[in-house]
Amino acid sequence: MAPCEKGRVHSIESFGTVDGPGVRMVVFFQGCPMRCLYCHNPDTWSVDGGCEMTVDEILSAYERNKSFYRGGGLTATGGEPLLQLPFLTALFRAARQKGIHTCLDTSGIVYRPDRRAEFDALFACTDLVLLDVKHADPEGHKHLTGHGQAPVLAFARALSEAGVPLVVRHVVVPGLTDSEEELRALGRLIAPLRTLKGLEVLPYHTMGRAKYDALGLAYPLEGVPPLEQTQAHRARGIILEEIRRVRTGEG
Amino acid sequence: MRQEWNSFTPGIWQKEINVRDFIQKNYTPYEGDESFLAGPTEDTLALWDQVMELSRQEREKGGVLDMDTRIISTITSHGPGYLNKDKEKIVGFQTDKPFKRALQPYGGIRMAVKACEQNGYQVDPQIVEFFTKHRKTHNDGVFDAYTPEMRACRSSHIITGLPDAYGRGRIIGDYRRVALYGVDRLIEDKQHQKDTTRTIMYSDVTREREELSEQIKALKELKELGKIYGFDISRPAANVQEAIQWLYFGYLAAIKEQNGAAMSLGRTSTFLDIYAQRDLANGTFTEEQIQEFVDHFIMKLRLVKFARTPEYNALFSGDPTWVTESIGGMGIDGRSMVTKMSYRYLHTLQNLGTAPEPNLTVLWSTRLPVNFKRFCAKTSIESSSIQYENDDLMRVTHGDDYAIACCVSSMRVGKEMQFFGARANLAKCLLYAINGGVDEVSKKQVGPKYRPITSEYLDYEEVMERFRDMMKWLASVYVNTLNIIHYMHDKYCYERLQMALHDKEVTRWFATGIAGLSVVADSLSAIKYAKVRAVRDENGVVVDYAVEGDFPKYGNDDDRVDDIAYDVVHQFMSYVKGNHTYRGGIPTTSILTITSNVVYGKNTGSTPDGRKAGEPFAPGANPMHRRDTHGAVASLSSVSKLPFKDAQDGISNTFSIIPGALGKDDAVLFDDITFELQPDCACCEPNLTVDEEQ
Repeated sequence: MAPCEKGRVHSIESFGTVDGPGVRMVVFFQGCPMRCLYCHNPDTWSVDGGCEMTVDEILSAYERNKSFYRGGGLTATGGEPLLQLPFLTALFRAARQKGIHTCLDTSGIVYRPDRRAEFDALFACTDLVLLDVKHADPEGHKHLTGHGQAPVLAFARALSEAGVPLVVRHVVVPGLTDSEEELRALGRLIAPLRTLKGLEVLPYHTMGRAKYDALGLAYPLEGVPPLEQTQAHRARGIILEEIRRVRTGEG
Repeated sequence: MRQEWNSFTPGIWQKEINVRDFIQKNYTPYEGDESFLAGPTEDTLALWDQVMELSRQEREKGGVLDMDTRIISTITSHGPGYLNKDKEKIVGFQTDKPFKRALQPYGGIRMAVKACEQNGYQVDPQIVEFFTKHRKTHNDGVFDAYTPEMRACRSSHIITGLPDAYGRGRIIGDYRRVALYGVDRLIEDKQHQKDTTRTIMYSDVTREREELSEQIKALKELKELGKIYGFDISRPAANVQEAIQWLYFGYLAAIKEQNGAAMSLGRTSTFLDIYAQRDLANGTFTEEQIQEFVDHFIMKLRLVKFARTPEYNALFSGDPTWVTESIGGMGIDGRSMVTKMSYRYLHTLQNLGTAPEPNLTVLWSTRLPVNFKRFCAKTSIESSSIQYENDDLMRVTHGDDYAIACCVSSMRVGKEMQFFGARANLAKCLLYAINGGVDEVSKKQVGPKYRPITSEYLDYEEVMERFRDMMKWLASVYVNTLNIIHYMHDKYCYERLQMALHDKEVTRWFATGIAGLSVVADSLSAIKYAKVRAVRDENGVVVDYAVEGDFPKYGNDDDRVDDIAYDVVHQFMSYVKGNHTYRGGIPTTSILTITSNVVYGKNTGSTPDGRKAGEPFAPGANPMHRRDTHGAVASLSSVSKLPFKDAQDGISNTFSIIPGALGKDDAVLFDDITFELQPDCACCEPNLTVDEEQ
C-alpha cells in the first residue's frame, strides 16, 4: 500500500503515556468486532465512523513533534487496528524507516493462520505488541467479548515465533475476571510465550460510562464497582506466580 | 590572598567583583546520587514545628498574624527577631519577630494603608500624614505624570496590573557578592565607580552619582544589619555557615527595603557549595551540619511575608512572594553546574515538607547528570514543588550565570535587571479595532477614534488592517505608561541595596506582556475560516458575535491558526520596539498570565471566537479551555511555534494532568527488557523486578 492511501482513524492523542513505553503518539483506529462488556471506547466500534487519514498525514504530525517522543514512539490502538491490516502495516513500515518505535495494542481477535504471510509482514516492522487477553477461559471469553478465544492464542504464538516482544494486558473486573482460578489459568496460558516481556494488570474503571450514555447505549456492567488498585496488584502477583511455577517446572 | 579565601583557586575574581569567575574556577560538579544527604536535625524539626504552629495561628486570624503600623521598614529599622535564638543556625527576619509584616509605604501610601485596614490594622496617622504631605511616593509621582489617555486605558483594563501603586520587583541583587567579598570591599568598589563618573553634569550623570551615593548608603546600612544580629559582615565569609548568613543578610536587606511583585533570590547553590566543599575537606563542618544550615536558610525564605491587599492577592491568586532560586543548568564550558548543594536545596522539600516558596527552579538541560535528573523526578513526584525551565534555551542568550526572577524572567545575575511591565490586553485591543476605539463595556471612547467596522459580517483583511493600527496605538500608550512608571519608581522607590549588588553598567530589560493571545488567535481564525456576524447595540457598538461554521483553533498544532498567533505576537512586539524606552531598556515581552487571566476576562466583552463577555481568558499562551482536542503535545506544539525571540521574557502553557495520565506508577515490564530507549528515560525504569528466568 502506498503511503498516500487512507485508513480510518477515530482520533489521535498526541501525549500518550500509558500505551507503551515513554511519551507516544497514540493512533486510535476506527472499528472493532469485539463487544467487550467493559469496553471504554464504544465510540470506536463502528467501522464507518472516524475520519480518513493517510500514513503521511499521521507521520508528518509525528515528525513535527518528534522531540516530544524521544524514548517513546508511535502506538496503534483502537478500535482494533488489525481490522485495517494493510494500512497498519504500511504505517508501521513507514514509521520503522524513520526510526520510530512502533507499538501495537490489540486483542488479536482477527488473526487467521491462513493470512500468516500478511501478519509476518506486520511483525517485521513491529517493535512491541500489547496483547489484550480478555479472559483465560474459552467460555468466559465468549461471554465477555462475544468472540471465541482461539484466534487470540494463535496470534500470541505467532508473535512469539516471529520474535516480537510482547506485553500481556489483562483487565480485572470484579465478578468477571478476578477469580484466582481464572488468573492462574491466564498465567498458564501465557507462560510458554518466549517473547513475553511484561504483564500489565489493569483495574476495571467506570470512566467509559459517559460515552455509553452519549451514544444512547445501555451500560452492560451496570452496578459493577471499579476495582481497587491494590486488587490489581494482587491479581498480577497471582498471574506471575503461576508463570514462574510453569516455567520452573519446565526447567 | 585574604585569609577567608584560603585554598580557593585564584583568579580575576580577586581583583574585580566577578562572582562567575570565582564559581567557574572553584566549583566541583557532582555526578553522584542523593545517598550522601542528611535528614533534619532535632533543632530543625523543633523550629519547623514552631513555624507550623505560627502558620496555623496566622490562618486562623484570617491570613495575617501581625503587622507593623508605626515603623517604616528600612534595612536597619528593626531590632533582631528570632524563632528560637539558640536553635537557629541562620538568623534574620524582616521585622523584630517572625510573621510580623513590615510597613513599606514608598511604593504608595494608599496601598500600604489599605493592606493594613483590610487586615484590621490602622497605620499610624502621623505616618500617613508624612507620606501624604511631606514625602511623595512612587504612586503619587506616577499619577502626577499620567496623561488622561493613560488613565482611561488603565481604568478600562486594556492595560492591566501595572506596577504603579506597588513595588515593581523583578530585580535580583547579586547577594553572593556579600559573602564572597564582604561589604567593605563592595563599598570600595562603588566609591570607585562614583569617583570615576563622567564629569559634565548631564542629568543622567547627576542621577548616576545620586544613585551610587544611595547604593553606598544602603551597603553601610547592610553592615549595620549584620551588627544588629551580632555579625561583622564587612569582611568576607570564612565558612559555609557564614556564607549562607552573609548572603541571606543581603537578601533580607532587599526585602526590608522593597515590597516588590517578585523578590527572587538568584542562583546561589553552586556558589555556596564551594564553601561547603572546603569545610567538608577541612573537617570544619559535617554533612549534617551543612544540611542544617541549608534547612534553616530555606526556612527563612519560606517565611518572607509582605503586607498586601486582597485585590492584589486576587490578581496573583494567593500571597506569592516569588522567592525564586535557580538550580543546576550547564556551564558554557560543557560542565554541569549541579553540585551537592543543588541536592541539599531540593532536599529541604523532604526535610521540611513541601512548600510553594522559595520557588525552587531547576534549570533543565538534556545534558544534566542522570543521577540529578532522577533525583529531581523523584522529588517532584513526592513534593509537586519543583519548577523546571529550559536551560538549553536560555543559556544561549544569558550564559551560565543567569537566574530567574518571578516565574520565568531570566537575567544575568548582577549584570541585568528588568523593568516589570504587566500586560496589554490584546483581546480588548481587537474589540477596539472593530469598534473604532470605543470600549465595549463602558461604551466610552478610550482608544483613538479610528473608523469602526460597519459591515454585518466581519472581513478578515479589513479587521486585520484595523487591528494592526489599534495595536500600534496600544503599544505606544503602553510603553509610554511604563516609561512614566519606571522613571518614578527609580525616583521615589529606588532599589538602592539591590542595585548596589549590580555592576555599574547594567543591561535593563524593558518587559511588556500580552494577555488574551489565544482569544485573539481564535477570533481571527473564526473571522478568516468561519463566518462571524457582529451583533450591535442601539448605538452601533458591537457587543456580541455570532459564529457560523467551524474554524481551526489554536492549541491543536494547526498552522492555519498557529501562524496567526505568531503574527500577532511578532507584530505587537515590532510596534513595542518602535517606541522610546526609559533608560535604554531593551524591549521584550511575555505571554504568561498564570492566574490573572480570570480578572482580564472579566473586564472584556464578548469576542469573535464565541467567548462570551466576562468569561476568563486562557492563562498565558494556553489554548482556550476545551478547544485543544489533540492532547498535550499538540497544545505544546502550538505554543512552541510562538517567537521566543520576541517573547524572551517567557511564554507559558499551564496545564495540569491527573497522575494516572502521566504514566504508570507500577512497572509493567520484566527486568530483562531492553528497547531502543534513552538510558535516562526515567519512565521506563522497572521499579519492580520479576525473577523470570529460573
